[in-house]
Formats: sequence, C-alpha cells, structure tokens
Amino acid sequence: MTEITAFDIAPAAKLDTHKARQARIYGFVLIACAVLVALVFGYGTEGGASFGLSRPRDEWVIPNLVIPAGPFNYVAAAILAFLGVRQFMRGGSKWSTISIAVGLAITVAAFLVWATAGKSFSLVGMLQATMVRAVPIALGGLAGVLSERVAVVNIAIEGMLLAGAFTGALMGSLLGGWGGLACAVVIGGLFGFILASLVVTYRMDQIIAGVVINLFVLGVTSYVSSQVFQPYRYLNNAPVFRAWKIPFLGDIPVIGPMLFNQNLFVYGALVLVGVATYYLFHTRYGLRARSVGEHPQAADTLGINVYRTRFINVTLAGMVAGFGGAWFTLGTVGRFDENMTGGRGFIGLAAMIFGRWHPVGALMAALVFGFADSLQQKLALLRTPIPSEFLAMAPYIATIIVVAGFVGRSRPPAADGKPYVKER
Amino acid sequence: MDVELRGITKRFGPVTANDNVNLTIRAGEVLGLLGENGAGKSTMMNILSGLYAPDEGEILIDGKPVRFEGPGDGIAAGIGMVHQHFMLVPVFTVAENVILGVEPTGRLDYLDIATARRQVRDINEKYGLQVNPDALIEDLPVGIQQRVEILKVLFRSAEVLILDEPTAVLTPQEVEEFFGIVKSLRDAGKAVVFITHKLHEILAISDRINVLRGGRITGEGDPKSLTENQLAEMMVGRPVSFDVARGPFKPGDTLLEVNDIVVLRDNDEVAVDHVSFHVRSGEVVGIAGVQGNGQSELIEALTGLMHVSSGEIDFLDNDITHASVRERHRLGMAHIPEDRHKSGMIGNFTIYENMVLDSYYEDRFSNGPNIKWPEVLRTAAQYAIDFDVRTPSVYLKADNLSGGNQQKMVVARELERVTKLVIASQPTRGLDVGSIEYIHGRLMNSRDEGDGVIIVSSELDEIMSLSDRVLVMFDGRIVAEFDAIAGPLDKNAIGLAMAGVAA
Amino acid sequence: MSDTTSQSSLTEKLLQRAAPGRAEFEDLVVVPIFAVIVALIVGAFIMLATAVDITTIGRSYVALLQGSLGSLNAVSETLTAAIPLVLAGLGLALGFRAGLFNIGAEGQVVVGGIAAVIVGFSMPGLPWIIHMPLALLAGAVAGGLYASIAGYLRAATGAHEVISTIMLNLISYRLLDYMLGLSWMQRPGRSDPVSKSVVSSAELPRLLTDIDPNLRLHAGIFLMIAAVIVVYWLLFKTKTGFEFRASGENPYAARYAGIRASLIIVLAMGTAGALAGLAGANQVLGVLDRTTPGFSAGIGFNAISVALLGRSHPIGVLFAGLLFGALEAGGRQMQVDAGVSIDLIGIIQSLIIVFIAAPLLVRAIFPWGFARPAGRRE
Repeated sequence: MTEITAFDIAPAAKLDTHKARQARIYGFVLIACAVLVALVFGYGTEGGASFGLSRPRDEWVIPNLVIPAGPFNYVAAAILAFLGVRQFMRGGSKWSTISIAVGLAITVAAFLVWATAGKSFSLVGMLQATMVRAVPIALGGLAGVLSERVAVVNIAIEGMLLAGAFTGALMGSLLGGWGGLACAVVIGGLFGFILASLVVTYRMDQIIAGVVINLFVLGVTSYVSSQVFQPYRYLNNAPVFRAWKIPFLGDIPVIGPMLFNQNLFVYGALVLVGVATYYLFHTRYGLRARSVGEHPQAADTLGINVYRTRFINVTLAGMVAGFGGAWFTLGTVGRFDENMTGGRGFIGLAAMIFGRWHPVGALMAALVFGFADSLQQKLALLRTPIPSEFLAMAPYIATIIVVAGFVGRSRPPAADGKPYVKER
Repeated sequence: MDVELRGITKRFGPVTANDNVNLTIRAGEVLGLLGENGAGKSTMMNILSGLYAPDEGEILIDGKPVRFEGPGDGIAAGIGMVHQHFMLVPVFTVAENVILGVEPTGRLDYLDIATARRQVRDINEKYGLQVNPDALIEDLPVGIQQRVEILKVLFRSAEVLILDEPTAVLTPQEVEEFFGIVKSLRDAGKAVVFITHKLHEILAISDRINVLRGGRITGEGDPKSLTENQLAEMMVGRPVSFDVARGPFKPGDTLLEVNDIVVLRDNDEVAVDHVSFHVRSGEVVGIAGVQGNGQSELIEALTGLMHVSSGEIDFLDNDITHASVRERHRLGMAHIPEDRHKSGMIGNFTIYENMVLDSYYEDRFSNGPNIKWPEVLRTAAQYAIDFDVRTPSVYLKADNLSGGNQQKMVVARELERVTKLVIASQPTRGLDVGSIEYIHGRLMNSRDEGDGVIIVSSELDEIMSLSDRVLVMFDGRIVAEFDAIAGPLDKNAIGLAMAGVAA
Repeated sequence: MSDTTSQSSLTEKLLQRAAPGRAEFEDLVVVPIFAVIVALIVGAFIMLATAVDITTIGRSYVALLQGSLGSLNAVSETLTAAIPLVLAGLGLALGFRAGLFNIGAEGQVVVGGIAAVIVGFSMPGLPWIIHMPLALLAGAVAGGLYASIAGYLRAATGAHEVISTIMLNLISYRLLDYMLGLSWMQRPGRSDPVSKSVVSSAELPRLLTDIDPNLRLHAGIFLMIAAVIVVYWLLFKTKTGFEFRASGENPYAARYAGIRASLIIVLAMGTAGALAGLAGANQVLGVLDRTTPGFSAGIGFNAISVALLGRSHPIGVLFAGLLFGALEAGGRQMQVDAGVSIDLIGIIQSLIIVFIAAPLLVRAIFPWGFARPAGRRE
C-alpha cells in the first residue's frame, strides 16, 4: 500500500556539494602540476630522454625508447592544464578520480623525462626494482588488511616485519634459507598472537599495543645484534633466495623481468594476495571474519566466536608480515641491520588504506610506493639537481599524501579499532 | 516446542537484573512480556537465547533441562531472537546476513551464495516476507531490515521467536502489517515472545501477558480481561497518568524561522530537502517521522553541527545559517542530543565537569584563561538538586550514573543556561517511567515560561502527548503539519504521513 | 525545597569527595611497581637466553643501580637524561589527553634541535639573557610548527596522526642529513656531518661544575620543572585544557558542546610539538653543543613510554621521566661494567609499558596483589 519510490530529481546540482568542492581542489592541483611541468620540467630542457626497455642479454632486445624531453613536457603540461580546467568547468563529474590519477601519472612521467633528458635510464630495471621494493609494503599492507578486517588495528606490522627480518637472518644462518623463512613466518605469527592476546584478552589499547610491540622488537633485535651478532658474525650471514626465471614468460619484454624473473618473495606476495582475496570474499570463514570486523555483536549473536576469529586472523596477519620481513634479509642481502625495515610497515598501512582494505588494492598501492622507492634510488644515479635526501623523502611524502587524500573517502571496517567486550 | 524458565537470577555486579524469574512459553501462542526500560526484559531474553549465562536457575525445553554455553547453543535448540538494535551487518547483502554462521559451502570452503539466495527466497514465499536477497542492508528501510532479522531466525528453523521491542522503529501502519506477520508465525505453530513497553500493542497481539518490574514477574494475565491502566500500574508499581500537565497555549513571537534549507550528507545525498517551518515562543513543535528520514540532520543543521547548503535559518532575528555551535548557544539555544552517551555527555568526566560542558567559558565560571572550579562545583551541586539527579557526589564519573540520572544531568545543563529555544532529540529514549515523567514536566515548564520547544522523537505517542503542533518528516521533507490545539490529533493520519502517503 | 538548611546540607553532601579508593591506589602505585619488577625479571631472562651468565646478570643490575643513583655523578646523569624525556613526555601526555596519538615526538625533537643549533651558532655576540631563550624558543617554535602539519592534516582531512607523524619522523632524519651537509651549517674543516657548535652565550649553563667539572647537570632542569607546572595548570585549570580533555575523551560530545574540534587538534598538536622541540633544543644547548645524525637518540620514542607510564598526568610524567632517565644513566654504566648492551634498556622499557597499559595482564600474573575485582555493570 505504500509506494514511494519515486525520488525527486536531486536539486544538488547547484548546491555546494562535497564533490564540487573536491573537483575544485583537484582542478587546482592539476593546474599547479601543469605549471610545474611547463616551467620547471619543460622550459629550457633539451635533448632526448632515452629509456631502456630491455637489457643486452635478454632474449628479445628491443630498442631504447627515446623521447624529446622539451616537447614531451610541453605536451604533458597542456594535457594537465586541460584536465585541470575541465575539473573547474564540469566539477563533480565521475571522471574526477580518474583525472587526478592520470594527471599525477603524467606529472611523474614528465619529471622522469626531465631528469633523464640527455641521458639514458633503464626503465625495465626500475620496473623490476619497483616490484621488488613493493614486496614488503604489499605484505605489510596485506597483514594490515587481514587484521583490520577483523577490526584489530595493527600498528605492530613494522615490528613484525623487523622480527621476521631478524629471525630470517639468524635462523637462515643456522638452518639455511628455507629454515630461516619458516622460522620468520612462525615468529611473525607469534607476534600476531601476542598482539591479539594484548588487545583481545587483556583489552589493551590497540595503538598502544602496536607501538609497544614495535618498541619491544626494536629493543630485542638491536640488543641481540649488538650483543651476539657483533662477536659471532657467522650468525648473521644467511643465504639469499635468488631470482627464478619462469621459462618463456620471463622472456617477454618489459613484463617478463618485472613479473616472471623474480625471487620467491615476489611470487609469494602475488600468491598470498590471491589466496587472501579468495579467503576473505569467497569462503565461509572469510565471511565470518568480515562480519566480526563490521559488527562483532551481530556475529556473536549468531554463534560466531569473535575472540577466536580475531586471534586466528591477527595471527595469520603476523605470519604474512613475518614472511614479508624475511624479504629484508633472505630476499636481499642476507644480513640483519638494526631497524632495517625503516618504516615500511607503516607505509604498508598506508597502502592498506589506499587500497581500501582489499588485498588487491593493497598490492596496487604497494606498487605505487615501490615505484616511489625505486625511483629515488635510480634517480640518485642520474645526478639530478635535487639533493638525494629529498628524493629519499619521496616515499614518506607520498604516504602522507595518500593517507591525507584517501582517508575518509574509503571506508574502514565499521568496528575497526574497537575492542569487543562480551558480557556473560 | 515449549520452553520454561525456572528461578532465573542474573546479576551485573551489584545490580540484580533478573530476580528468580519463572516463565512459560508455549508453541502456537504469542506471549506478551511487558515492562518498562530497565525492568530486565532484555536480560531475560538474552539468557534465553544463550547470549548471557544465568547466575541461578535453569531453562527447560519440552520439560528437559538444557544448558547454553553461548548464543550458538540457543539457536541450535531452536530459540531465535530479534534484537531491539538490529544485529545486521550493513555492508553485507540480505542473503549474506541470513546465512552468517550457518553458511552453505562447497569445496575449499567456497561460499555457496547461489544456494543461500534460493533458500532465502523459499522462506520469503512461505511467510510472505518479500525481501530481495541481494539488496545491501544499508540500503533498506528499517521496516524491511526487521524482516531480514525474522528471516535470519526462520532460516535457522527456530521454533521460538523472541521479538525485543520490535515496533519501536515502525509507523502505525507498519505495525499493523508486522502484527500480520507475527500472527502467521503463530498460526504456523511457532512460539512468539513479544517484548514491549507499549500497552496498546501488547493488548492487541498477545494471547497471554506477563509483566516484569525491577527484575521480577509482578503480574500475569489475559489480555481480554485487562485494561491499559491496570497494566500500567503493574508495570510501574503505582498509578500512572499519561497526561502531561501544561499551561494554556499562549504563543508569542516567532523565535526560529527556517527558510527552505537543504542539508547534504557527506556522500552528497540530500538529507534535508528544502524544509521550511517556524517556532514561536511558548509553543512545542513536535517532529515526527520514521528514524532516518532527515530529522537528525535537520536538528544538526539547526544547532550548527551540519553545514546548510542552501536556505536560511533565522533565530531571534539573527541570521544563524552559518553561525557556530557556540554562537547559537550564546543566543539561547539549548540542545538535548539524541544519543546522550555518544554526544550528550563525557562518561569519563565527573558530573560537575559535565554540568558545565557547554558553559565553562561563560564569565560566571571563568576568569581569563582559568576556570573557577569552586564556582563550578557549587553550581553543579545546585543543578543536581534542582533536577533530581540522584548521586552521592558531584565528583562521581558520569558513567556511574543510571541512564535516567544521566539524562537528567544533560537536561539540567541545557535548561539551566539562559534559553529561548529548547531542542530535544529523543529526550526520553530508554528511560524509566519516573524519569520520563520528570523530563516531560521540565520541558513543559520551559514552554510555559515562554521558550520555544522542538521535540524530535521516534515514539509517536510521546510526540502526540507533548506537542502543540506536529510536523511530519518523510524522505527529508516536511510532508504534513497537524495542529493539536484545534482538536485531538489523528494518529492514523500522522502514521500515513510518516509513511509518505499524502493525506 | 522550602527548608534551606537541609538544602545546603544536601549541597555539602554532594560536594563531598570520595576518599581515594583501593582501586586508584592499585592503579597508580601497585601496577607500576609490579610492571617495573616484572620487566626487570624478563630482562634477566633475555640476558640468560643470549648466553649471559648469572653473575654477569647480577653485576649488570648492580651497575644499573649504581649508575643511576650510586653517586653524585650518577644522580646528575640521571637528571640530565630525564630532562628531555620529561619535556617531550609532557608534550605527548598533552596530546594523549586531547585524544591525539602523536608518535612524532622524535621528528619534533630533531627539528627543534636543528632550529636551536642554528640560532645557537649563527648569532654570536648576543648577551646570554637574550640568546639562550631565543635559541630555546626557536626549538619550541620549530617543533610546534612541524607537529602542526600532522595536526592540520588530521583536522582537515582526517589523516590519522599515527601514520603521518611516523612519516614526519622519517622525513626529519633526511632533513637533518641534508642540513648537516650544507656549507653554512657544517663545522668548518670537517667532512663528516657535524654542525657548528653552539656559542657559549646560547648554552644552558651547567650547574654543578663548582663541585666537579664533569657533572653535566644543566639549567634545563629548571625548564623541566617549569614545564611540569605549566602543563599541569594548562590541562586542569584552564578553559583550553578543559577543551583538550573534553575533545580527547569524547570528540562528539565536545563538538556538540561548541568546542571547535579542528582548532583543538591543531592547537594540541602544536603545543605537544613545541614541548618536544624544546626537548631537542635542550639536548643541543645543554648537553651536545651541536647536532649530528641520530642526535635525537630515540628521546621521542622513549617519551611515548614516559607519557604512558605517567598516565598522561604531568606529575606522573615527571616521575616516569626520572625512572627512565635512571634506566638510561644506569644502562650506560651497565654496558661499561658488565658488557651488556644498552639496548637491553629499550627492552625493559617496552616491557614496562606492556604491563602498564594492560593492567589486566599484571592482575593475571599477580592475583594476590589486588583486591578482588568488583563486577562492573556495562
């Protein structure tokens, strides 16, 4: 008898909507980028930028991509200006997000062309490095997704990575690579379990618990590395997992070296992201886990054990982070240094937010950070006028921008960070 | 399936929520359980559904004692509960919510949503519930969400359905429809426990009535032979008058003039859609409507908590459309928020700190940058006495007060400022009858002294008993206005307007 | 209501303050003491696990005690170490009270230190009465502004301050590296990253050199005491402090009460950063005389622990800072005497915080230390 589905045409068009405001900000950013690209990267830039797309020993060698730097950047600036003006003119259209993403990508490309002008630069090397450097961030982000999906904020990822790196080095030196890896995963899981006990059983504030675990791991690893590793150097000398080239696929130009000629950790991260996606969104226990993160009381009334679900998922998250931590030692240098994770765990959290609490999203976001990370490394070789310290800040600044720009626009699990107190 | 509770006692710390309760539930019967807020109804049903463990007593199903270790056991035994606050995951679909905990799965733990969807459709058909299994919960109106709750219980083949205050969020017409569903459940042989504090509803739907007061069963009876007044006395323990004492209606100048305002939510949805109205001094304007039709946003716009996208608000001849919360307070606006725990008080602050939460900056309480705490303490004690806030000391944390006393504390703080306009949102939600009467009296007092009063409530009875004028909101608009002075209000007409049907 | 005498006696009754109960005593005294004891015991186990023998463990704890309290020099070292911890800890405590989890004290210490050293070496010839306060002020302002970035981002965009302050920490290290390489900043004739030294007119004077020229205790201790008093006054006696605490306890209710949340966030972050910046300036002007990479030495992170241990109360922070200062001074002695790495202190400190922040855990370990918990009604 009640039939009221006909909505009025929303009169929001002429109103000061959030979208319109956002479009204005985007338009402003894009035009600022256009000005930057035109004046700094375009004006007075001469020569061609040569980008290597393959390496001499590759199966198929394709010629370098040579871009005339000045003209390219003027065109880039024009496109940016067009996108920016369009935001002002037709604000709030659904192209906003795409425009800003494309615009930022163009700006980065213009920057690269400017930096490379008159020199040559191995693009394929950088893409490969991007993938490698994305690994700890993606795994940190995945650990974040797994624990925040059950509403446990996991600031301790940094500590879990560090613990994984340390254990990987120590046990890898004693038991070999695989043994070290297994121990790293177990130790990561142990810290996940500890975090879960602190916040679930002892109802400690989740952020404090995370910070404390970070401090504790930092303390223990630093203590052991100065107390034990200094005198007994053989304990800190683990074998490294080398790259395995997948036959045929590894020979595809550009994509091959990036995806199919990597070590265990890259493949592992990709597989884990797939498995986690299946688990969270296509299985019974995934559904239950997500319900615990969204509405624990509802889950409880349906006989789902909220505490146990949190314990299991946070422990799994710790194991993922432990695996990611092992990358630092078993995946790169085989040696542990104090505080060698350098904030990657926190960048992983930013990747999780950027990736909207979805494993695949976190991986994509991690690639963006991995790109920033490898970019600053490679650029140091090009001797740009920008001091290397500022380039080194790039991933951190990118993290701040991402967190500031995307928080509030993506929605965390509803119960995120809230303890669940069961009444009995 | 018959269920019997025998000698159930449950304590929370020093408070005894259930004291030696005995209760029998029979198949094919609707048992009405009446009691005011805090009487222990919900506790009892949470025990029955396995969510709480009783301290003493036992539960018998078909004569055999059972022990529940958790809510899963209650469901397994065939007892399903529809909670007062819906236990639905907003970002899940109907089907996902229904199957949660008893999911059909394939290999590799694969979630078989197709089967779930089919099963949901089957139950839909059997009981005439009409719910789309693929809709997201957050997109559904509350009336439909309630049906999802019932679906959940039926999906678990419950024989006993406990409905905790199920009509609180429904329009009068939806209540009628809902009663139809309850009757069809009963006729299908289910046992239904209908919990409420609304007298006419319990008389309309129950086959048998039990009354709970202070954690004990204080009355039992046949709805055919009981009157509302008898039930009320059993429920409260003393004769209750439903009329609120008020002076003659003497409206004065217009205080608040709302002119064509639009308020947007964060996601650009229109929450308040070109609303205009006014409030005069000495008048109570009630805003009725089903929860979620823009009332909360309208109030937040009036009090300066939400941005007004277009239109104008004038208060005492000042344009306050974009004025800050504090400027509005200073002009004499008082606001009793709808959720006292979330936004009305600070639980971890003392009573005296809460009493000056929005007046600490006034000259009487401050001196330069400093707060005059001795003055605050004295005033807070005075307020507590004036507003009957029962506490041993003003140094007590607000969390340690009972709900009624917390609300009285909030009301004291708001009304003790110099007020011209009192905005009260759900002022008595979840309170006991004594506190309700007291707060209603205070609000009427403000009206009789010449303040304008706006009352928003999801309880239509409350709106009708307090208002001089009733506005009905539906889908962000004011769709109807009723005058209570000219003649008695027509509940049916208001109900239709709440459902968006033009009168 | 007619009987005014009974009315006033009722008022009197309501104004009675309940005597502090056993619960408060346990919370403020018993739990911290147990926390310290357990942390020391676990620390011993960790030493055992890394093949340190029992006598060395005993020796190291004796050294810990001697190095922190055993002599005038030890006490001086303890106080010297405590000053920056208390200053930065007060800032963090203030942030916690306002609901902000500022992990960025480390970065604010670094930035404050940089600003102080620049003012300290670049203005020779100023009288100390102007120069020293100016250098301190520069540190405070720099730290405050740096922290305000995170505050602004939180208020304007909702970016969580935990992540943004951590990133600001990492950025501050790079900034320090960069600045130490600048020609006007680097000490002449040095190729390693060391800044010029602070001129004596900007230094915080040492107080006990008359007794023994090696005693490092400096005038920063007065700064510390003043800061404790000022923060106490600010938090509990002023309108601003009331607003901080209200926003921290329940931001929704604070907003409903007309408190401007975004202003409070920026203000609280700024004040917290100023105190951390002051801690950095204090190190540079009182102890180090110059900046080097890593001069912040984890003060900002230890200050988190200090603020948590001090229950975000200025007096508590003072005592917690003194304890942590003692651990640090003693830890150095321990490293010298027993050859146990000072990193052990970091472990002990984090363990203390675990037990402080999870009183239920301490209760589970020491059930006999507590009255039976009275059930609470939720």
